[in-house]
Amino acid sequence: MTGEPKIEIADLRKSFGRLDVLRGIGLSVETGGVVALIGPSGSGKSTLLRCLNLLVVPDGGRIRVGDERFSFGSGEKLPPAKRLAAFRAGTGMVFQHFNLFPHMSVLGNVMEGLVTVRRLPKAEAAERARAQLAKVGLADRAGQYPSTLSGGQKQRVAIARALAMEPGVMLFDEVTSALDPELVGEVLGVIRALAAEGMTMVIVTHEIAFARDVANRVVFMRGGIVVEEGPARQVIDAPREDATRTFLSHFHRGGAALAPAGS
Amino acid sequence: MYQWDFGILWSYRWLLLNGLGVTVGFTAAIVAFGLVAGLIAALGMLSRFAVLRLAALGFIEVFRCTPILVQLIWFYYAMPILTGLEMTAVSASIFALSLYGGSFYAEIIRGGIVSIDAGQGEAGAALGMTPGQSMRRIVLPQAVKRMLPALMNQSIIQFKNTSLVSVLAVPDLVYQSQVAAHDSFRPLETYTAVALAYFAILFPLTILVRLGERRLASAA
Repeated sequence: MTGEPKIEIADLRKSFGRLDVLRGIGLSVETGGVVALIGPSGSGKSTLLRCLNLLVVPDGGRIRVGDERFSFGSGEKLPPAKRLAAFRAGTGMVFQHFNLFPHMSVLGNVMEGLVTVRRLPKAEAAERARAQLAKVGLADRAGQYPSTLSGGQKQRVAIARALAMEPGVMLFDEVTSALDPELVGEVLGVIRALAAEGMTMVIVTHEIAFARDVANRVVFMRGGIVVEEGPARQVIDAPREDATRTFLSHFHRGGAALAPAGS
Repeated sequence: MYQWDFGILWSYRWLLLNGLGVTVGFTAAIVAFGLVAGLIAALGMLSRFAVLRLAALGFIEVFRCTPILVQLIWFYYAMPILTGLEMTAVSASIFALSLYGGSFYAEIIRGGIVSIDAGQGEAGAALGMTPGQSMRRIVLPQAVKRMLPALMNQSIIQFKNTSLVSVLAVPDLVYQSQVAAHDSFRPLETYTAVALAYFAILFPLTILVRLGERRLASAA
């Protein structure tokens, strides 16, 4: 992890109407780094993640992902739709509710970006899509439709769909929150494997134990600002700020929620 | 007691069949043009630009809130005087009926599009699709399935609305039946037969719509 960071954010601001959701966020993610965003509901962490691939367009501040730079604020023009689309093609995003395309097979879902956006021939796209499905352990489900899959399988297909575009960074938006507890592990396992491969990732999560285990750095947000940021184990095991302690105490009380897996 | 004599219609069979052909052809044209107009207006209603939204809304409400018979007469008689644009009865009829149908299709199409979860469009955008690609590949294919029964229903109404073009002397089934009735002095047989002809075509279509709705309900 040397050289300049993969992702840099400075003074990022976003309001929805009169509600200030992001109030000057700064953040940087090293190449190959894994950053977990934690914090209470409404803290702005999902909005921050959506700003990272410009699904939400910030009101102010600067974003750099790889070589792509964007500035926002008065006097700045919105990037044209084509440039936005090209930028998003290089950042993978996985959603809480999967958002698989129900009218396409599992294989079709994973091929879709390759065919429509990357303009690959169908055969080549199918081959790459199968490789991604194999990677998330779902090679045998290629011909099925999303409605026949379990939540955990759906989310793994969604991850394969994002990975098929060979993104430079992956963004995960509470990807286990809609899952039954017994299905969380299989999805976290896939993310863990990606971290081991050196994928740069930003993960919004309520799985504190997972964040501690897999992320290099943890960012605690509340009320649209970064309250505390640091190495994962330090922030979670020995937070400096009262607000962080208070938030994490909900998980401590849960007992098992903090038991570090396999250590 | 009235003595029915449907045999008399046999000699008018080619005239009536001809009229039926015009009616079916008209319907095909106004459904096709109407769907195009409706899709454009629906996308206009969903546009980011207020001007387009306003224009689409204006079009939809003007054509939805005035009677089709008045529109037909207006396009054929009033518009040439106001604009100098002359239209044949056929083109005025296709024009008015397509736009009238389009205003209803627009609301059906718009409703179908907004009924698709916003996450679908977001997933498309996150893959790097332009708004147009995501509409074409992701949103519309799902929305069309939901719209289909309502679109069919509206098209059935459009089929019957073509009967109004007879007032502009377009030789559709109703116009030809008027000719036959005047000639044969048998209006009861003629119009009964015409009613049966409309029914025979539309009734199977309504069954198709009902089947479609049932399949949709079980799929959801």
